[in-house]
Amino acid sequence: MTKVTMTVNGKTVSKEVRGNMLMTEFLRDELHLTGTHVGCDTSQCGACNIHVNGANVKGCTIFAAECDGAEIATIEGQANADGSLNVIQQAFQDHHGLQCGFCTPGMVMSAAALLKETPKPTEAEIRHYLEGNICRCTGYHNIVKAIMAASGQDVSSIAAE
Amino acid sequence: MPKDHGIGAAQKRREDVRFLTGAGKYTDDINVYGQTYCHFLRSDVAHGKITSIDTSAAEAMPGVVRIFTGKDFEGIGGLPCGWQVTDKNGDPMQEPPHPVLAQGKVRHVGEPICAVVAETLEQARDAAEAIELEIEELPAVVDMRGALEGGSARVHDDLPGNLCYDWQFGSDTATVEAAFASAAHVTTLELVNNRLVANPMEPRVALAEYARAGDESTLYTTSQNPHVIRLLMGAFVLGIPEHKLRVVAPDVGGGFGTKIFHYAEEAFVTFAARQINRPVKWTSTRSEAFMSDAHGRDHVTKIELALDADNNFIGLRTDTLANMGAYLSTFASSVPTWLHGTLMAGNYKTPAIQVNVKAVFTNTVPVDAYRGAGRPEATFQLERLVDKAARELGVDPIKLRRQNFIDSFPYATPVAVEYDTGNYVATMDKLEEMIDIPGFAARRAESEAKGKLRGFGVNCYIEACGIAPSNLVGQLGARAGLYDAATVRVNATGSISVMVGAHSHGQGHETAFPQVVADMLGIDESMIEIVHGDTSKIPFGMGTYGSRSLAVCGSAMVRATEKIINKAKKIAAHLMEASAGDIELKDGMFTVAGTDKSVAWGDVTLAAYVPHNYPLTEIEPGLEETAFYDPANFTYPAGAYACEVEVDPETGKVTIERFAAADDFGNVVNPMIVEGQVHGGLAQGIGQALLETCVYDADGQLLSASYMDYAMPRASDVPFYKVDHSCATPCTHNPLGVKGCGEAGAIGSPPAVVNAVLDALNHAGHDVAHIDMPVSPHRVWQAMQG
Repeated sequence: MTKVTMTVNGKTVSKEVRGNMLMTEFLRDELHLTGTHVGCDTSQCGACNIHVNGANVKGCTIFAAECDGAEIATIEGQANADGSLNVIQQAFQDHHGLQCGFCTPGMVMSAAALLKETPKPTEAEIRHYLEGNICRCTGYHNIVKAIMAASGQDVSSIAAE
Repeated sequence: MPKDHGIGAAQKRREDVRFLTGAGKYTDDINVYGQTYCHFLRSDVAHGKITSIDTSAAEAMPGVVRIFTGKDFEGIGGLPCGWQVTDKNGDPMQEPPHPVLAQGKVRHVGEPICAVVAETLEQARDAAEAIELEIEELPAVVDMRGALEGGSARVHDDLPGNLCYDWQFGSDTATVEAAFASAAHVTTLELVNNRLVANPMEPRVALAEYARAGDESTLYTTSQNPHVIRLLMGAFVLGIPEHKLRVVAPDVGGGFGTKIFHYAEEAFVTFAARQINRPVKWTSTRSEAFMSDAHGRDHVTKIELALDADNNFIGLRTDTLANMGAYLSTFASSVPTWLHGTLMAGNYKTPAIQVNVKAVFTNTVPVDAYRGAGRPEATFQLERLVDKAARELGVDPIKLRRQNFIDSFPYATPVAVEYDTGNYVATMDKLEEMIDIPGFAARRAESEAKGKLRGFGVNCYIEACGIAPSNLVGQLGARAGLYDAATVRVNATGSISVMVGAHSHGQGHETAFPQVVADMLGIDESMIEIVHGDTSKIPFGMGTYGSRSLAVCGSAMVRATEKIINKAKKIAAHLMEASAGDIELKDGMFTVAGTDKSVAWGDVTLAAYVPHNYPLTEIEPGLEETAFYDPANFTYPAGAYACEVEVDPETGKVTIERFAAADDFGNVVNPMIVEGQVHGGLAQGIGQALLETCVYDADGQLLSASYMDYAMPRASDVPFYKVDHSCATPCTHNPLGVKGCGEAGAIGSPPAVVNAVLDALNHAGHDVAHIDMPVSPHRVWQAMQG
């Protein structure tokens, strides 16, 4: 067992963890932050995306012990301080960018990371960036649209409904 | 102005807030005090005889609570099949036992043999490694054609030839033969409908607890239909009566059919929790999901179309082999028969149609319904065939389709169903406008200037949804009724809880269903909440699949709300000293017709629960009504889809450049949700057409058992789609006039994609009649090499 201390969504946490405990397990089982989901076992699906020191990381690819001292952000910390949805979350709701909701936390975390790097991404840049996030419900249409909208782009002409 | 309220409004989804903030409550998010963890030791061979299982070393491992084997399930029921298909010789289908844990033999890679229950998951996994298991490997039955040969190995020892049933349906042989004998042209096509894995992003999970004091079991499970699981597991497997068994399906992360079925793992944890008197939890890994979730499709078909000298369709004949896998999953037998054969008329007035299906057992994972279930298989073969006929005859594929469209309704097909309404010309007109056919030549020239080939493909589809009249499906072999139920509970202050038998796992019922009730009562949606997914809260329900939630359960909800309105009007009449027949309800106000007398919705609901001034001798206090709704017919959504692809002649890679879908879903409650459903279906259909397939080797090893090997569509594999549902012919027999929209995209899109690829190749001078799905770069490149 190793003692780890890190900041998760602005709060400092300290826990004894097994050396092989993944961040997904640490968040879900130790901190009861169950918004980070596990959708595969080969680091392909991206339902577990979190931010580690600002970097977009799949929570299943990193041990809790590696995050000692790190600043962690998860889906539970994304809303505005007053509890309202942040710009990206709101765009996902406005443009129906989610259905079952299982991939959604990872999508929102990836979208946030993308918009930090590329404030006005093109459709192609968004689709390319989401290579590591699988959604089975939406066909991606409204996810891409939501991310474009969240970046302030006019999406009213996209595939006229 | 678009509507912002009631039926037809694109209301934002209320469930999104919890999903977007990480506050969803999926089954794996539930943990209970004293919980143990289960790990299944699964077969790593496709077919074999279990010669010994020694668990003694494993039982001594740290944290092990108990290890279960097939012996623990001797005398306990196996997993039942919910649909009995009758062979063409009149015999019932073969229905071999489907054990919870393997009994004596293993029949597919992934079949559970032992279950280790331990204090932690790691301990359970470690102990499973220490089980000494000996399996004498037997030859695996993988190829369906080989399986039917006399000398084949047997998946089930007492079943020579591995045949589940040989089914024949539609026109009699003489009629169909006469049509073919008189044909001016016959088009024949042999094709494979590739085996798929549904892959909802949330893997299956089952958590059971047992309260010995009341002898009560609770199962939390990732299900599309908790009442069905309660019935199947309680009555047929474990012998637990309904009042002692609660099944909860909380937030469920997608289903697509694969979470309809009753699975061994959920029966196991419920059984084990009773045995050890502690909660037992199992969470599937994705790798386990690939080898234990029921797969979909997997048909091999020969189809022939007879046309007269004027290119009218005069006969259709199909022969299909349908893979059942090693055991019959819950609805496996119905998929290639009643959900497939009945759709073979498609959108066309072909007078003679005969469908032949042989269902075959193989040493593979059981195959069952996956989004569309039988209807994508029917649509793909028919729409590929019509395209091939058009090419052979040198006629325009759209014109050939239009010429043969069914154009008057109701229309009784030669394959037993009666389409109540539709307008296939309208959806085709719409599609042509959406996809801009006049602009195609210029777009093709643009692609060619880049060194690419460009192709255009179109197809139509029809599906039967809202399954359906119980008396009819009963005659066809269903072992269940297929109605649904809803309870509308109006509270004293006027808010409403609607308990529905449908289950929402992405479809947005929590938003769309209140729109219907709000519209009927003239109150705000925020006063209405939908309760679903818990057998202890909901009277009954058959669940969500086959695009049935709104058409069937929504209709039950309408009926229950009508009962509420009737009773509320009586109360209002009493309050206003008027006759109930004179009471009108509008915008949440009850008025006496022709007067200015009115009482508000809340006054009436309060009176129902505080009946001081109340007609107690005539009506009971309270305001709660339940309705069961059994549909009079299926619903028949239909449409026309088109796709434009670019093919890279150097690599064979296909990219989807444009996709348009014109659907007729009848009336629409929430257009935003409906469009989202179509988008998702399209991606799954495009995935089937270009990317996805489940691969077994000759030994029955599953080679495509992870996202490294099974190509899920990613964001960069699909375009923005154009979708339209304005050509609406409302369903004639349900109160909402709705048809269902959940499966259309997955049904209608694969043929359009493949037709487009073949158009691109043929236009470039490659004489290619067909390419099986997935139309991978390798296959396209090979086809181009002749």
